[in-house]
Amino acid sequence: MSAFPVELKGVSTRFGRQWIHKGIDLAVPAGEVVALVGGSGSGKTTLLRQMVGLLTPEEGEVKVFGEPLLSGSRQAQLARRRRFGMLFQHGALFSAFNVFDNIAFPLREFGVVDEGLLRDLVLLKMAMVELEPEVARRMPAELSGGMVKRVALARALALEPELLLLDEPTAGLDPDLSAAFVALIRSLHQALGLTVILVTHDLDTLAALATRVAVLSAGRILAFGTLDDIMNVQDPFIERFFRGIRSQAALARGQGAC
Amino acid sequence: MTHTIRPRPAIRIDAGGDGVRVVVSGDWTLRLLCPLPSDIQQQLEQAPTGAGWSLAGVTRLDSFGALLLWRCWGRQRPPQLDLPAALAPVLARAEALPADAPPVEPGYRFLDGTAQLGRGVHAIAHHVLGFVILVGHIVISLGGLLRGHERWPLREISANFYKVGVRAMPVTALVGFLIGVVMSYLSALQLRAFGADVFIVNILGLGIIRELGPVLVSVLVAGRSGSAMTAQLGVMRVTEEIDALTAMGISRHVRLVLPKVVALTLAMPLLTLWGSAVAIFGGMVSANLQLDLSFDFFLNALPRAVPAANLVIGLSKGAVFGLLIALVACYFGLRVRPNTESLSANTTASVVASITVVILVDAVFAIATRSFGLPYR
Repeated sequence: MSAFPVELKGVSTRFGRQWIHKGIDLAVPAGEVVALVGGSGSGKTTLLRQMVGLLTPEEGEVKVFGEPLLSGSRQAQLARRRRFGMLFQHGALFSAFNVFDNIAFPLREFGVVDEGLLRDLVLLKMAMVELEPEVARRMPAELSGGMVKRVALARALALEPELLLLDEPTAGLDPDLSAAFVALIRSLHQALGLTVILVTHDLDTLAALATRVAVLSAGRILAFGTLDDIMNVQDPFIERFFRGIRSQAALARGQGAC
Repeated sequence: MTHTIRPRPAIRIDAGGDGVRVVVSGDWTLRLLCPLPSDIQQQLEQAPTGAGWSLAGVTRLDSFGALLLWRCWGRQRPPQLDLPAALAPVLARAEALPADAPPVEPGYRFLDGTAQLGRGVHAIAHHVLGFVILVGHIVISLGGLLRGHERWPLREISANFYKVGVRAMPVTALVGFLIGVVMSYLSALQLRAFGADVFIVNILGLGIIRELGPVLVSVLVAGRSGSAMTAQLGVMRVTEEIDALTAMGISRHVRLVLPKVVALTLAMPLLTLWGSAVAIFGGMVSANLQLDLSFDFFLNALPRAVPAANLVIGLSKGAVFGLLIALVACYFGLRVRPNTESLSANTTASVVASITVVILVDAVFAIATRSFGLPYR
């Protein structure tokens, strides 16, 4: 197990003529829950997509588990990709499959052929994200927003990843569901010893989940540290983002939930 | 690679003094156990039921490994189990698993075929009803527009006209030209045998203007524009754009369906005219090369061989086919449910249904117009 599951070195990204990131350095320590925060359009999701290789940065290097993501043979790349799971913002469930097949799909691709074992594995994953077995036969279109996120999380966990990437895990959930989802992720983090990287706007989620916070602003990492460290950084963006009245209330709520 | 140096999973059966002990060690994880090494599988199968198990040497255990052991134990803890505290939660999750299977869909039964047939008939009746309802909605919105309650969607009609009409001209011309050439070439071979060369004008003129032109263009347009309409409405349904329109109090029939229907009904006669003209031109070129029929002769003989009624029939067929294709495409587009499977199924259904409807209605036309425009009867 490498000490830094994800390392970014001098990553710069350009969309058209606009630079989104300018020389980002970030090393995510193993076993931590790192939250990426930043204003709208600061390229948080872009950074997350670069970590999983959906986008390639203009300059710089992205290392996953100590090696560049796209290095080695096809087999090695595939093996590396199977060590992390990603939860997409809108779930990205396969709409032609029911819930069971959605979760079973990566396992079948991996080579689990014993149907009995597969059934038990899928039910276990569903139990881990607190879904009833009855949900298994439903289609994604018949699920509520919270359930879609849970199924997507179960699918991301299917291959026992060491690294979990979450894109806006609580966006679009009501406060109650959102708190339950945060609690779920925290318990999974503790139980499985995962490294988690999440992108969020929601300060409740941030305060309740993150052990480290990386603040993205104006194309670079403004600060990286625990929430308390961040609060002490003198910067107009952090001032606005973390010390507004609403933000303070949200942070207090989130920390209270711990 | 970091994970290749992890300790391999291993299993050993000790037949010591105080009963049989199974000693498990190494990493029991999905990555190392799938596919299951045959020696481990063999040992797991050989492990006696009453044996004591020691998991003290296990360095890592994930839910796959835990399930593998759990299933081997017959879904209960063995009487003697040496389990490190760190691994207890993983095993506890496997233990909490319900033993009963989730509801399984029943397999094929004796009367299922009959039920399928019945459902098919019902589905056809359902489609006909839905189609009539759509037509009714369009008539009502037309009524509203005519009485001046709403603004005419003229820009949408014009945009759709450009998309389904003007943009379809190159492909129509290409296909029409080639079909004209092929028809002329094949007919010329036969006609020359009888010395009836001049009748090529009758065959091409009547065949293309009255029958082939409209049907050919309809099939092309159904594949090109009909499927695009269905897919567009379907995606708008998936992305909730249609719901957004409804929430704004804007009728989907006025704004989305009507412009498509009107545009295609107006564009199809013109496309038919264009397609037929190019096809006849193709035939003329081929006849010139094969039979030495001059362009002059061909063009002079054409009006005598093909009475003008045929053009009217051909163009009206085009308009009716255009109307039907657009209606069928919109009907299936609005039926799309928010998932990819439904989108592909409805797009396929739209193209198949519109081509079938076009050919059916063409047969009706052939019978209804049998006493018009046919010389030498």
